[in-house]
Amino acid sequence: MRKVLPVLRELTRYKSALGGLIILSFIVGLAIYAVITIPYGEAVRLWRGGEEMWRYNPVNAKPVWVNYFTPQKLPKTLILTSMEDAEIREEPLGKTSKKVFITYTFDYQADVPPSELAIVYKPKFKKKGPLVSVTWTTPDGREIKFGRMSIKSVSGSGSFWYPISLDKQLIKQFGDQKVEEGFFNDPHDERKVLKGKHRVEITAYLFEPGAWIETELVIYGTVHGLAGTDHRRRDIMIALLWGTPVALSFGLAAALGTMITSIIIAALGAWFGGWADSLVQRLTEIRMVIPTLPILIMVGMFFSKSIWTILATLLILNIIESSIKSYRAIFLQEKHAPYIEAAKSYGARNLRIVFRYLIPKIVPMLVPAFVLAVPGYVFLEAALSVLGLGDPVLPTWGKLLSDAQGKGALFQGHYYWVLEPAFMLMLTGFGFTMIGHALDRIFNPKLREI
Amino acid sequence: MARAKRLVHPKGRRVQTFLRLLRYTFLRGLAVWIALVVGIFLTIMVANMGGYVDKIKKAQIEESINMQVFQNPAYQNLTTEEKRKLAQQLIQLEIERLELDKPFIRFDKYFWKSRAFRYLGDALVLDFGFAEHIHSTSGSKKVWIIIQERLPYSVLLFTTASLIVFLTSIFVALILSRRYGSIWDRMSVSLAPLSTAPAWFYGIILIMIFAAQLRLLPFGGFVSIPPPKTMLAYAFSVVQHMVLPLLAWFIAYIFASVYSWRTFFLIYSSEDYVEMAKAKGVPGRALERRYILRPTLPPIITSFALMLIGAWMGAIITESVFNWPGLGSLYMQAINGFDTPVIVGLTMIYAYLLGITVFLLDFIYAIVDPRIKVGGGSTA
Repeated sequence: MRKVLPVLRELTRYKSALGGLIILSFIVGLAIYAVITIPYGEAVRLWRGGEEMWRYNPVNAKPVWVNYFTPQKLPKTLILTSMEDAEIREEPLGKTSKKVFITYTFDYQADVPPSELAIVYKPKFKKKGPLVSVTWTTPDGREIKFGRMSIKSVSGSGSFWYPISLDKQLIKQFGDQKVEEGFFNDPHDERKVLKGKHRVEITAYLFEPGAWIETELVIYGTVHGLAGTDHRRRDIMIALLWGTPVALSFGLAAALGTMITSIIIAALGAWFGGWADSLVQRLTEIRMVIPTLPILIMVGMFFSKSIWTILATLLILNIIESSIKSYRAIFLQEKHAPYIEAAKSYGARNLRIVFRYLIPKIVPMLVPAFVLAVPGYVFLEAALSVLGLGDPVLPTWGKLLSDAQGKGALFQGHYYWVLEPAFMLMLTGFGFTMIGHALDRIFNPKLREI
Repeated sequence: MARAKRLVHPKGRRVQTFLRLLRYTFLRGLAVWIALVVGIFLTIMVANMGGYVDKIKKAQIEESINMQVFQNPAYQNLTTEEKRKLAQQLIQLEIERLELDKPFIRFDKYFWKSRAFRYLGDALVLDFGFAEHIHSTSGSKKVWIIIQERLPYSVLLFTTASLIVFLTSIFVALILSRRYGSIWDRMSVSLAPLSTAPAWFYGIILIMIFAAQLRLLPFGGFVSIPPPKTMLAYAFSVVQHMVLPLLAWFIAYIFASVYSWRTFFLIYSSEDYVEMAKAKGVPGRALERRYILRPTLPPIITSFALMLIGAWMGAIITESVFNWPGLGSLYMQAINGFDTPVIVGLTMIYAYLLGITVFLLDFIYAIVDPRIKVGGGSTA
């Protein structure tokens, strides 16, 4: 700590380092926030959850803040439930049956039609399910009747989804328009949305005493949350948040692990000399001809895509890094320094000299290199994900990029899907690099002079 | 002893230098060769993953033979039981042919004949066998032919890219180091963090801007489809497709490159011998060329060579982002199709390229750096 504080104080004298520190503390804060608010198991469950879990989210919705940059107002998802947002009217029909009218009215003021429409029926019945139909009254008074069906079975959660947008009758009726456009656009000017009050009346015939029905009307928007959603309706925010601790821990662990092992090996080789040194030298030569990325790809493909396996492989590969040569050169010089001679003369053992005198001496020189190495590993993880070799369970930035790439996000104009993880990656890269460059100047005075 | 040698007649000294060079070449070549062999052997071991790949291969053999037997009209009048028996026999034969029933390395008297070493021998003579699914446009399934077909594309794109980055950065860095502290200099320093992101990353962003949004340049590929008829139009189309990958590569590398060269030149231009030359009145250009550039050439060349090799390797992702039909895309294709021979073959090619580069670098060092003498270690 005594050594760290002055360095920090000196760091704040560099404007770029100050910027880097702010960025880095933001990222670290985000990582801590992510881990606390969404525990690991929950994050994995949410990210791997199927359709069921994300049903109320629109597909490929842009982030909400897009509204500040576009002249058009984009709609958020509107979920109307019969319990809260509807008028319910009952009419008895004979002894056991009854007719229920559920009427929703809502004001639609966005400039584009919604992305999807659905009704969720949650009926309670024993044998004979209810018969339902829908009447939709548009602001200009057109009445559209559709969705007449009897509900025979419900899913495990007791609901029946009726995707209005996929209704064959409606698709036929609206012709070349999409179903949502049919409901929401001005019939006289088909490119414009007719703003105003819509009225949706659901009529349900219940045939059993004690039977009941609840409904939800889901008007999917085209914006969702702070980060938007992906092709499987998942909230991208989860991957953005959770990508932070994953990227940080992977980058730091890889950079630290690689550096520590290679320093120790270089120090041992340089100190003991002889066969130990030449072994290290030969190993470095062998390592130089083994290509890193292909080996990682092979491990990911044949063995395991887990982030820990990839990390372990990376560490094993990089134990004998090419940077060992430059460490060795420094150690060879240090080896004959007076303080080492002194240690030898009072009888310090070899390992003590290596670990207590030799290595600590050059650690400060390596701090900048360490900080500068982190972003490389962060991007490496992302790169592996883009290649489809990312961790199968963890939501990461690279996964987002990979999904976006795979689903043609750029062709379809879903730029947010690419830009958000890209921004996070860049931010991390910038944070570490800005600090690294400043540290470089602090620890290597030769750079400071010029 | 050393003194005595220096007194040899000049002609004899030349012969001696030549012999020394020969010995040095041989020893270095041998060392690199051994490293290469060991490296390739390790790659083969990794590619085999402790027998895991054998299992995948066996499953593939089973599947394809079962399909052959059960769908072959020639065996139509056999009963299911007979068909199954026949398939079983054929599978056994195929497994024995590929020696999948024997361990990857055999610890008995056939040690040197075990598959690991046979693969190594094949790989060393560039015989990577046959691809499982991928084939070249000429229809060949030989891995070496497939690789040969893709190599020129990668070389074209990434040699161009590396050359542009290299020459620009050296040129700019020399200018900046002369105008140390100017606004351009400070700007280049503050832009250096832009180089943390790799080329594929900028590739995605550039595609977004220039292809998806502005529709100025193609999304990817080598040439527009269908290819233009005339030579000139064809070349133009290729250049058009090269612009974005080149730009991505340029943005990814130029800033860090300029920054590090600038720092490098600054350090070297404060060396004592440079001050000395300045004091002697050596003119600026000559000072730059002879006193700054010359001793800095070895690291410059190394970094260029490694950058070039790195470009061919790290380009796996950049190529697949831009759909460029080079080695990187081939790699991607092989990964997605589980085509082991192609993956191993490509890895070996990279290993070879690295090995050759390491070997050549030693020589280039000796030629360009006045302070290093070839093989001078023991005698001088």
